[in-house]
Amino acid sequence: MTLATATTRSAQGVPPPGAVRQPADHGTWFLVLPALLPILVLSVGPLLYGIGLAFTDAQSGRIAATRWTGLLNFQDLLHDTLFRESFRIGLLWAVGVTVPQFLLALGLALLLDQDLRLRWLARALALVPWAMPEVVVGIMWRLVYHPDAGVLNETLRRLGLGDGHDWLAGLGTALPAVIVVGVWAGLPQTTVALLAGLQNTPRELHEAAAMDGAGAWRRFATVTWPALRPVALAISSLNFIWNANSFALVYVLTAGGPGGRTRLPGLFAYEEAFRYGQFGYAAAMGCVMVAVISVILACYLAGRLKGGER
Amino acid sequence: MPPTTRRTGRLVRAGQYLALLAYLAFLAFPFLWLLSTAFKPPRELGSLHPTWIPADPTLANFRQAFDEQPLLRAGLNSLVAASCAAFLAVAVGTPMAYVLARRRSLPARAAAGWVVVSQAFPFVLVIVPLFLLLKNLHQIDSLPGLILVYVVWALPFALWMLVGYVRAVPVELEEAAAVDGAGRARILASVTGPLLGPGMVATGLFAFVSAWNEFFFALVLLKTPQKQTLPVVLTHFLGAEGTADLGPLAAGALCATLPSLVVFAAVQKRITGGMLAGAVKH
Repeated sequence: MTLATATTRSAQGVPPPGAVRQPADHGTWFLVLPALLPILVLSVGPLLYGIGLAFTDAQSGRIAATRWTGLLNFQDLLHDTLFRESFRIGLLWAVGVTVPQFLLALGLALLLDQDLRLRWLARALALVPWAMPEVVVGIMWRLVYHPDAGVLNETLRRLGLGDGHDWLAGLGTALPAVIVVGVWAGLPQTTVALLAGLQNTPRELHEAAAMDGAGAWRRFATVTWPALRPVALAISSLNFIWNANSFALVYVLTAGGPGGRTRLPGLFAYEEAFRYGQFGYAAAMGCVMVAVISVILACYLAGRLKGGER
Repeated sequence: MPPTTRRTGRLVRAGQYLALLAYLAFLAFPFLWLLSTAFKPPRELGSLHPTWIPADPTLANFRQAFDEQPLLRAGLNSLVAASCAAFLAVAVGTPMAYVLARRRSLPARAAAGWVVVSQAFPFVLVIVPLFLLLKNLHQIDSLPGLILVYVVWALPFALWMLVGYVRAVPVELEEAAAVDGAGRARILASVTGPLLGPGMVATGLFAFVSAWNEFFFALVLLKTPQKQTLPVVLTHFLGAEGTADLGPLAAGALCATLPSLVVFAAVQKRITGGMLAGAVKH
């Protein structure tokens, strides 16, 4: 969505007709500084500091001075099989959540754009996961998945489909189970963004296509999708970033277990930093995460944008 | 209703309703289960066949939740942190949003760019240096330190919403005031400010909800149990819980959700409106 803002803004091109057309004066600085200062101190600063830390052997509570170690942390990471495994799980999770999230949200947005009864209810309900604290979402789904008192096992028992599974503790089921929760939790934002995009598609075009006898699929492919593309691109990219960096949900659901099967890179780095006090090593993990996320995103956006030009 | 819907076949319509019901069920059932669990007595929680509707609903879970864990104190901490963060985010964000919306100076553009870019960085990369920085400032394990972090953390989205609201205020109004001889400060205080009021409230409430819900920073930055916020205290319920403890867990979780749900419902229209203003501007 932010990406969409950026593109529309550059598309506008011309500066707004300046009412208060004065040279960039002290007034501007006065207006900007209260927000800029905290951003610089608590966002830009820590980030640069963090990148720097990745090249040191910083540890918590150590008396000896921190030393530069060059690329040592990154070399260690390369050979750290646990981290590689965690990274693989992180990618599975990020893609496994983002893709179904987008498809399900697109379906829901298309439905909500129709003139259906109960639409108000669906709209209201779709906002509940959004308003909930992530910790509560995690707790709630723990109750759903609970082997004895959970509604999932009870329903399966009633339907005669096996009797009881410890979903979050099973080696094979834990990751799929947390992915479902991730999809559920992110559905609202995605739906709202796509719905906004849908409501901006030209109705007249849609009707004209219908007059010409285009079927629902043709209308979607030729009219709706081209108009929706920028929003879809922006929200799926943002979702990917958010999901790749997510922490609280899985922390509450499984804390990374069983046997590290759901240990996302974020959880891994958190443990490394605040349980074992390896600040430098954790910072290096963060750097690798940023780099990989950026590369994937760049490839995705480049591919998509090129596809749009055709 | 667009004329196309009349052409929609009955079968298609039925399929659409079916799909909508499936979505409704998927979205609602975890929440309904939480509600149900929160009101069940221990005997029912331990039963082999849990039911949707508690046979013998009780409020004992809520009492127990508040007795066992310092939920009230934690709620108060959350309230203070979220309100302060929301107020400060709007207070420092509005002037900056004004500049971002009305001007194209270099610092403004750099700041806007940063706000977008900062979204992409994982908190793990930020949290370690932030922890060390706040430690040097003796703001670890302190609510003011956490509030500062929340302000910065809420600013990107707040700025984004606020920029949309500022753009919605016609520049001509300001021009007219300038022609009448009003100074810059005067224009902001008596023309633009009042028109921005509702947008500022919506932004503040949104910042409130995100700070109220926040977990990670609170987990890392607050150590003393008496200072911890609601989401962190709720995770203390977790662990080797027996089925009998599920009731208080659900009750506590429900209580933590209600405030943000209420606030969110109140500003929902405005938030989506603000998002529209930011995202799809013609």
